[in-house]
Amino acid sequence: MNQRILEKLRQQFGSAILESNEFRGELTVVVPKDRVVETCRFLKSDSELRFDLLADLCGIDMYTPAKRYGVIYNLYSLKNKHRIRLKTFTEEGDLKVPTVTGVWATANWHERETYDMFGIIFTGHPDLRRMYMPEEFEHYPLRKDFPLMGIPGSLPLPKK
Amino acid sequence: METTLHDIPRKTKILQALEDQNTSVQFDDPLESDMILNMGPQHPATHGVLRLLVRLDGETVMDCVPELGYLHRGYEKLAENCTYHEFIPHTDRLDYLSPLSNNTAYVMAVEKLAGIEAPPRAQYLRVIISELARVSSHLLWLGTQAMDVGALTVFMWSFREREKLYDIFENLTGARFTTSYARIGGLANDMTPEVAQMIWTYIKEFPANLLECEKLLNTNRIFVERTDGIGIISAEEALDLGVTGPNLRACGVEHDLRRANPYLVYDKMDFDVPVFEGGDTLARYYQRMEEMKESMKILRQAMEQLPKGEIHAGKPKDVLPRKQQVYTKMEELIHDFMLINFGVSTPTGEIYHAVEAPKGELGFYIYSNGEACPWRMKIRSPSFVNLQALPLMLKGAMISDVVAIIGSIDPVMGEADK
Repeated sequence: MNQRILEKLRQQFGSAILESNEFRGELTVVVPKDRVVETCRFLKSDSELRFDLLADLCGIDMYTPAKRYGVIYNLYSLKNKHRIRLKTFTEEGDLKVPTVTGVWATANWHERETYDMFGIIFTGHPDLRRMYMPEEFEHYPLRKDFPLMGIPGSLPLPKK
Repeated sequence: METTLHDIPRKTKILQALEDQNTSVQFDDPLESDMILNMGPQHPATHGVLRLLVRLDGETVMDCVPELGYLHRGYEKLAENCTYHEFIPHTDRLDYLSPLSNNTAYVMAVEKLAGIEAPPRAQYLRVIISELARVSSHLLWLGTQAMDVGALTVFMWSFREREKLYDIFENLTGARFTTSYARIGGLANDMTPEVAQMIWTYIKEFPANLLECEKLLNTNRIFVERTDGIGIISAEEALDLGVTGPNLRACGVEHDLRRANPYLVYDKMDFDVPVFEGGDTLARYYQRMEEMKESMKILRQAMEQLPKGEIHAGKPKDVLPRKQQVYTKMEELIHDFMLINFGVSTPTGEIYHAVEAPKGELGFYIYSNGEACPWRMKIRSPSFVNLQALPLMLKGAMISDVVAIIGSIDPVMGEADK
């Protein structure tokens, strides 16, 4: 199945499939961020593949300047009972990634969470607010440069 | 006294005005006819610290905005800073109504990453504890759902049944609530004959007791009318919103990870995946009731087929040895020291492993760069995703139905907020 998916993706997108690997039977495909929506739409609507459930969407901080942040899409196909993982990376200075809320509505909260935790801005998102942290919080907690102990003064405390 | 005397002429004036047929009262509403109602986070019917901002037109819900994060403890950040073993107790606190299935889901994800396979007995025991956790989670849901619409007896009866399960958990794992029972490559300890006997008794007694609860509700006109036709969601909308578990199956989509992608020994079990049409609160009630019966079927088979043997995988460099051996044997002491201090050795790679938890698809995404701690761990919690469907379900409902609809989604804020 993984081979067939990869074949179809290569056929459709050619050089836009930057990388692919298989680990423990799970296929991971890396695409450039400006082709993410297109790829997702294809994977969802293709009559053979039908990845109709966006199981999960999350961010990752690779902590390397060339591809600092990544967005990971874990897709599931109810028809084939199969999973695939899509990944895209963005550079340190450019945090914009297009939203996939137009493809799966469930991406809405997942993208809000990713924005909250990593500061990745999903362009075109209908309601990009913080999910867990207070709106006035200035930091992004899951970034690798955010210390585990927190940053003193980042949350208002009662006065002495 | 003085004031009442003072009020008499005013009262008579109002009464006079009311008696007058031509009187009509007009007032300008500064908020128009809409009202914003804040429910929670400290609200007894929101099942935890869920906060809802509801826009009402009279008694009808126009729109609602759920606010999450009141129980956010940053478990994903913590996971990056502790070894794979150290994270097991944290999984208890995600969905705290079914800690056993969280333990199992997490260790299975790590095992997939590290390439360890638990021995058959451990796999069967994991199926048993996952199903016990499902029944205990559904029982709590049953009690609170009935209570949300005003039926108190069912709450007492379902908690009585749940109490028996907690006695089993206590004997099996040593804790009632925060079990931390699964270990990477096995389980903390083996099931004693006493616990097996308790489970057998439970399997025998539970169906009749569940039937009693059903009798109270199935033909209860108040319960049926309070839940029928409210909080409707269609199959397409549910899939689009990523809803999983009983909530999705109550919309008529036959999707159960135990059947679709069998893990552990679910492929050897003979059980049905119940599906209901309608996608309303009543359908979700029937759905969970049927799921408990199917769980009992699985439990019976797993107990019958339970093989004898080891509960730890034979990989001493990755699997924690038994405490007794650590105290008496040199080799085991060294392995224990290395595992506690430096953790399980994992290869570089990434995996996503999902199981069918009581609330839906519980998945762990782990990105490892070969160290003892994950570089990134994402918890895909079913409650978080299921709650996203709440505004859609609430649209057009009455204010008194809001609590019934929240209850029917069965959210647990521990895992929704992580």
